[in-house]
Amino acid sequence: MKFQPIRTKVGTTLVAGLSVVALAACTGNEPDKDKADLGGGTSQADNGSNDEAGDKVVIGFSAPAADHGWMGSITQSAQDIAAQYDDVELRVADGTNDVNLQISQVETFINDKVDAIVLLPFDGAAMTPVALKAMDAGIPVINVDREFDDPNAARVTILGDNYGMGVSAGQFVCDNLDGKTDAVVAEIAGIDSLPLTQDRSQGFEDALSECGQDVDNRVAADFTVEGGEEAAGNLLQAAPKIDFLWNHDDDQGVGVLAAIKNANRDEFVMIGGAGSANAMRDIQADNTVLKATVIYPSTQAADGIKLARLLVQAKSLSDLVEVEVPRTVQLYAPVVTKDNVDQFIDTAFES
Amino acid sequence: MSDATPDTTNDTLPAVPSAPASDETARVEAAALETAREDNAVLALLRSSAGRNAGLVVALLLLCVVGAATAGDRFTSTDNALTILRYAATIGVVSIGMTFVIIGGGIDLSVGAILALASVWCTTLATQQTAEDSHWVVMVFVALAVGAACGLVNGLLISYGGVVPFIATLAMLASARGLAEIISDKKTQIVQVPEFVAFFDREILGIGFSVYLFAVVAIVGWVLLNRTTFGRRTIAVGGNPEAARLAGINVKWHTVLLYVLLGICCGIAALILVARTSTGSSTHGQFYELEAIAAVVIGGTLLTGGRGTIVGTVFGVLIFATLTNVFVLNNRSQSEQQLLKGAIIVAAVLLQQRLASRNNST
Repeated sequence: MKFQPIRTKVGTTLVAGLSVVALAACTGNEPDKDKADLGGGTSQADNGSNDEAGDKVVIGFSAPAADHGWMGSITQSAQDIAAQYDDVELRVADGTNDVNLQISQVETFINDKVDAIVLLPFDGAAMTPVALKAMDAGIPVINVDREFDDPNAARVTILGDNYGMGVSAGQFVCDNLDGKTDAVVAEIAGIDSLPLTQDRSQGFEDALSECGQDVDNRVAADFTVEGGEEAAGNLLQAAPKIDFLWNHDDDQGVGVLAAIKNANRDEFVMIGGAGSANAMRDIQADNTVLKATVIYPSTQAADGIKLARLLVQAKSLSDLVEVEVPRTVQLYAPVVTKDNVDQFIDTAFES
Repeated sequence: MSDATPDTTNDTLPAVPSAPASDETARVEAAALETAREDNAVLALLRSSAGRNAGLVVALLLLCVVGAATAGDRFTSTDNALTILRYAATIGVVSIGMTFVIIGGGIDLSVGAILALASVWCTTLATQQTAEDSHWVVMVFVALAVGAACGLVNGLLISYGGVVPFIATLAMLASARGLAEIISDKKTQIVQVPEFVAFFDREILGIGFSVYLFAVVAIVGWVLLNRTTFGRRTIAVGGNPEAARLAGINVKWHTVLLYVLLGICCGIAALILVARTSTGSSTHGQFYELEAIAAVVIGGTLLTGGRGTIVGTVFGVLIFATLTNVFVLNNRSQSEQQLLKGAIIVAAVLLQQRLASRNNST
């Protein structure tokens, strides 16, 4: 009798332990998918090419918290590309939306005397002082996507093309008018106060005006699925007939498509933005209103890693005559349709 | 009957949730229990104030050993120590203020939002223009005034409005960040006053100015709590508001002062962050309330009020900052760190409760 309670305790502990193990087994969320092939890598490098293994390069990498698909892919693709190079050691500071912590991460890289820092700041302006500090310490900083407010804070800046996204989407509309002169064009923007959203909308407007069209209905969401659903619901109520709809962001597009489905609407052509793999599968299957999307590359940090490596190894971009790595690289915002989706789907992000 | 802080009046014996009407019996029982266990020397040592801080020192040293073992001289270098301290300064200043509020029997969830609002308000074009025309100290004044004003609103709502601290400061959390977003239009405001940045960004003997600020706030806080009437009143108000009132302390006004004090600390922290980032933004200080409360709690301050130490809070802040640093140095994810942080908080509170139940019984 004396030992009874203890035995019960052992039993409870055992059950608890097993539950934990069982639960742990259920936490896996990774699809069993082969890693995206981002090209390059030391394993199949030709002699004398840029990809050939050179001196060891230690790169520090920091980005905001991966709270949406695009941002998750930024860090993932940076890690993937680094793994392809034997001569690259990537130190990844875990994503954070706290500038105080991100500054501290970069300071750690400076203390470590890494060879280069690839930085996608949570807030470009807020990370400028510490980036300047790194540059002063002789460590080149590669600024990705969100720009510093001082050009001296980065050696290389890699940007997507927000204005170009709008232009590409607008041109797609113009190309598909089929002689219509008064098409109803609607737009679901991202967070309206962000400069990037304003740039996208401006580009869209400018391209539409080239073919005599304008935006008839415009609402703004917030890059989230819920926000997209809500904004699209309101828009569909307001506009009983639409010919073209451009949605700025495929992460919020999941919600937009849900709202369209709920409203049983299919009279229009929808264009997405950013270029998620989900959106591309829909375009490939060709069974929704989504017929195209405009890319905002989620692999720009991976490009940052590649350029950082070249920079430190004093190599040049081999296809340019110039012997130094360029100061600014702005990526193109191509339109993805059923015809060319195969070309892009491998490097797209899951939202 | 003062019901200014209704949530604390019943909690003078936190370790005995079902506080019996006959306190005396409980005391006798607990005392008997204690003598029976007196041989447990470790617990007896931990019970003393010095002993409790010794526990924190051991925890911090343990972390340092882990850091040195996993990251070698990358961890032990002076530069790294300074990185930890600079990172800790912002949260640290807020945590010192939070210690006072919690000892006084309250809680403040709005510190991060107040920090954001102060950072935005002191970097508006209008403020910066005035600062350029007169002196950069204007920005300092604005940040401190915004912090103090928010603290005053919190304190008045709680003391004289009868709103429980949790709700009053939750409301402030929402509105202060909302106001910060309205003022800044959700945009990041860049500091264009070089004298301001130069003053806060300076280094004295190789150590950043923010670290000195943290040290000064901590020392002032220690003196205020341990060597002044204000400090003794704070402990009395938190320990037993009714007794404090009967002893002639203006409990309501004292509570207001505690929140104002914390608001000013938020203003100071905002200035440190503004100088560190050269920006004011409505996104600054996300979740700082939780970080500050966690640091205060593991530092040995009772959430029910009436007891706590500044030294403990400083160690709490340093422990979390070092933990973060060790994780960054080892490329470990923040999610794991959060998990560990939760475990540390629970462990600290469990230990605290055991000690508290013994202390109350003596």
